[in-house]
Amino acid sequence: WHPPAFTPQYKTSILRSPRYPLLSLDNTISEMTGPVFGHDKLGPLDNDLIRNFAKTGDPIGQRIVVYGRVLDENARPVPGALVEFWQANAGGRYRHRKETYLAPLDPNFGGCGRVITDQEGRYWFRTIKPGAYPWPNGVNDWRPAHIHFSIFGHAFAQRLITQMYFEGDPMIWQCPIVSTIPDRRAVEQLIAALDRESTLPMDALAYKFDIVLRGRRSTLFENRMEGN
Amino acid sequence: MVQKLDRLKESPSQTAGPYVHIGATPNWVEITGVWNEDLGLVLVGPETKGERIVVKGRVFDGSGTPLKDALIEIWQADAQGLYNSPQEKRGQADPHFTGWGRQPTDGTTGEYKFETIKPGRVPYKDGRLMAPHVTFWIVARGINIGLHTRMYFSDEEKANAECPVLARIEHKVRVPTLIASRGEENGVPTYTFDIHLQGEKETVFFD
Repeated sequence: WHPPAFTPQYKTSILRSPRYPLLSLDNTISEMTGPVFGHDKLGPLDNDLIRNFAKTGDPIGQRIVVYGRVLDENARPVPGALVEFWQANAGGRYRHRKETYLAPLDPNFGGCGRVITDQEGRYWFRTIKPGAYPWPNGVNDWRPAHIHFSIFGHAFAQRLITQMYFEGDPMIWQCPIVSTIPDRRAVEQLIAALDRESTLPMDALAYKFDIVLRGRRSTLFENRMEGN
Repeated sequence: MVQKLDRLKESPSQTAGPYVHIGATPNWVEITGVWNEDLGLVLVGPETKGERIVVKGRVFDGSGTPLKDALIEIWQADAQGLYNSPQEKRGQADPHFTGWGRQPTDGTTGEYKFETIKPGRVPYKDGRLMAPHVTFWIVARGINIGLHTRMYFSDEEKANAECPVLARIEHKVRVPTLIASRGEENGVPTYTFDIHLQGEKETVFFD
C-alpha cells in the first residue's frame, strides 16, 4: 500500500533506501505516545496562505479552499491533530534558498501553513493552487500540482508525510514519485476532489482531502482493559 | 458471501521532498513573519529536570555522502521515563519538557544537533524496562516513507544488554548501529549518532 523504499524510477531513492528489512516492533509506550500541540502555538493567519505572507496585496493565482477530515482506519475522527502543509506558488516556484527554477517568486506568497483539527477531526485552509514543477530526475520530468502534508496523530507511530494531488490532473499518472505507490487505489486516495458544493461563489474553488492515519483502537493498557 | 470489513486504508506516504523546510522550519529557510518560531527547535528550558546532553550526528546515503536536506524528529521520555503525551497513562511527565524535537540537517555540513536531556527508562509491554532511548524519525528527498529508528547510549551498557527491544535484533553485529558514543563538548556530554541509510554500516530501522 505504502511506497517501498527502493523505487529506482525515482532516482534519489536508490541510494537513500535501506537494503536490510525493517525490524518489526510491536508498539511500545515509546511509539503509542506522541506530542500534542495546543492552539496557543498558532496564529490567526496560519491557515490562510493568501494572507499570511502578503506584503503588497494578494498572491497571483487560482484561489482555492482545501478542507477535509483526519480519520483513523475505523473512520473515527482524530481531533487536535496538527496538520502542516507547504507548496509552490501558482507558477511552480518554491520559496527555498536551494530552489533554482526560473519561474519567479510571488512577493505575496510564502507557501507554508498549519492548522489543528477540531473535535470532528476537520481542518481547512485557504491558498493558491500550486503550479506544476520541473525537476532533475529524467530529462523531462514534471511534478503534478501538489501540496505537501505533514500530520501528527496521537501517537508517534502515526506520524505521516504525504502529498495531495488535484482531481483531473493528467500529470499525476506520469510522475515517478506518484508511481512509487504500487496500488492505483492508493494513489487515488491522495487525489483531492473538486467540490463545487463547498466552492465560494465569485471567490474560491474548493477541494476536499481526507487523511487516514494508522490505527484502529487503543492498546489494552493495564488500567483500561476494555480498550475502545 | 461474508460481510465486508469496512475499514479505511491509511493514506499512503510520499517523500517529504527537498523543500520540507518550507512547511516544517520556515524561519530556517528565511520565510519569516508567518509564524513566530519553528516548532521543535528547543526542547529544554531552565526548569527542565534531568541531565543536559547534546545529541548530534549526520545521515549518510549508500555512497557515504551526508544528506544535506533531511529533516529529523526525535521523541523521548523525560528524566523519570514519562512521556509528555495524553496517551501516557502512568503519570504526569515533566511539564517543562515536551519530549519532541525537530531539526534539519545543515545545508552545508549535513550535521543535525539537539540540545536535550537524557531520558529515563520506560517499560516494555511486559513490564521489563527498556534501556534509555530516543526515538528518531527521518524524512528527506528520496525517502518514500519516514524511517523510524532508536538511539541508545554507549554509557548504558548494562541497560542495553537487558533491553527487550535490542534483544529482538537477530543479527547482533547490527546492534552497535543504534548506540551513540558519548563524548564531551564545551563541558556538555555529547552523544554522536550517525545514521547510515544503506550499506555496510546500515542502521537498524523499525516497522
